[in-house]
Amino acid sequence: MNRGGTQFWIGAILFLVATFAMTQIIGNQYPFFACYVILQFIVLAVAWNILGGYAGYVNFGTSAFFGVGVYTAVFLFKAAGAPLAVQIAAAAVVGALMGFALGLLTLRMQGIFFSIATIALTIVIETSITNWRYVGGAAGIQMQQPVAMEPFNSYVQMLFFIQALLVVLAVATSRYIQNSWIGRGLQALKDDELAAECTGVPTLRLKLLACVISGALMCAAGAPAAMYLQYADPSSAFNLNYSVSVLAMSLIGGTAHWAGPVIGAILLGTTQQLLTVTISSEVNVLVLGVMLVLFVVGAPEGIIGLIGKARRNRNEGEG
Amino acid sequence: MMSPETEAPLLRISTLTKRFGGFTALDTVSVDIRPGERFGLIGPNGSGKTTLINCISGAFRTEAGTVIFRDEDITRLPPHIRTRRGIARSFQIPRPFKSMTVAENLMVALDFAVVTDEVVSSAQRRDTMMSILTRMGLASKAYVSTAKLSQVELRKMELARAMATHPKLLISDEAMAGLSSSEVDEVLDLLMSLAGQDITIIMIEHIMQAVMRFSDRVMCLEAGKIIAIGKPAEVMANQRVQEAYLGT
Repeated sequence: MNRGGTQFWIGAILFLVATFAMTQIIGNQYPFFACYVILQFIVLAVAWNILGGYAGYVNFGTSAFFGVGVYTAVFLFKAAGAPLAVQIAAAAVVGALMGFALGLLTLRMQGIFFSIATIALTIVIETSITNWRYVGGAAGIQMQQPVAMEPFNSYVQMLFFIQALLVVLAVATSRYIQNSWIGRGLQALKDDELAAECTGVPTLRLKLLACVISGALMCAAGAPAAMYLQYADPSSAFNLNYSVSVLAMSLIGGTAHWAGPVIGAILLGTTQQLLTVTISSEVNVLVLGVMLVLFVVGAPEGIIGLIGKARRNRNEGEG
Repeated sequence: MMSPETEAPLLRISTLTKRFGGFTALDTVSVDIRPGERFGLIGPNGSGKTTLINCISGAFRTEAGTVIFRDEDITRLPPHIRTRRGIARSFQIPRPFKSMTVAENLMVALDFAVVTDEVVSSAQRRDTMMSILTRMGLASKAYVSTAKLSQVELRKMELARAMATHPKLLISDEAMAGLSSSEVDEVLDLLMSLAGQDITIIMIEHIMQAVMRFSDRVMCLEAGKIIAIGKPAEVMANQRVQEAYLGT
């Protein structure tokens, strides 16, 4: 493994140790409740970026994948009392299949048409779930949290740590893609699809692969959400806010590098949590919009782009 | 060496037809390209030259007719498979991967177009890439972003990227358009040197001196039909070709 790889995995292990230590040291439940949401957004933003950032296919269907993840877990729990690990794994499989189906149907369309199709998908699935009595229909469904597994004191702490594991999985996947031939192919097709095809890049297959991986991670991120809230209903599980927030996080962080969505999700996720507590949950939507506009105008390549520019300037100053 | 007439064609285009709605861009075009040939494709604007190239490289689906490449029917294959089979092209308006450096542009080709069972180390691939760039006179630009290249450098980069796919057939679509006369000579010399390396080249060009100097054979299209094919001098002397060009 090269130096960057070693550093990355040391960082990932330190992150997991830190999150685990938090669950053992901090008794107050609130930090876990708040940080869980931020971790969830990191997974969603990183997953979104695999298709939206690397391949340039803007997916407005984050909430569709998230919601399907939520309801896969709800269904399995209600039908079979499936344990959390099974719920997450099943959600990932469903997400992958859904990504594949969506990809087959829509990835031949380019640009805005793909985005519109993903919005339509969200509405279709939300409507279906709303009319499915077994999982609660429009009224939603209450979920009873089981007893937390050892060594966790509470179920929310356990979910928090599991979401941290998903963060590491998502980031490692995204980083691998970026540094591999898959990332190079996606970047090529993002720049110019015909030129990529004529240079040997199997564009449709790569886009499908990105859509499958992205979908699997998004659904997996949604699976623990019902247990976290002890409740699920279609209008919050399929809330368009997820799509918009996740898109904003990736764009503000920067889409060209795996670290961009991580930075964006931490920054915006934290701001949203602070604003929700101190002012109101409506204001955080406003702030999100303002930040998005500022970044699109001032730093179209996001924070990662700003960092890159600063580095180049410094190098030129030295040289 | 076998005589050109008895040798199997590298590319056989048979009764190829391409329509855009009611407009017939290519009308039952048939032509054989022989291995190692330097083939010039001329014709007035809108005569179907680039459409023909798009049908050969797979960018367009055709309505009728077949494209046979190295004894294989490739009419229904997607562009990336055709590239892997050995058909490479440049574009009339350069289409670089603009977020990448010149070197990265070539690496895309080496990553995807060159299919071998052997494990190729990244050092070997870098050597291949640098040797192509050196041949194209672009070695000093290897780590420069394609956004910073001049027009002639972009043209050369496209040819270099096409070369990195290890083509048997290279299609150059107006690689000299908009270049100064010294630059035209430079690109023409490059194409001549590639042709010397067992690569068959189809060259679309409006610059007649370049076509005359380069081609073994020239084909002239007008309104999607072949109006003349043969030795460069013969085609130029052809009455219909002169009419098509001069509009008399």
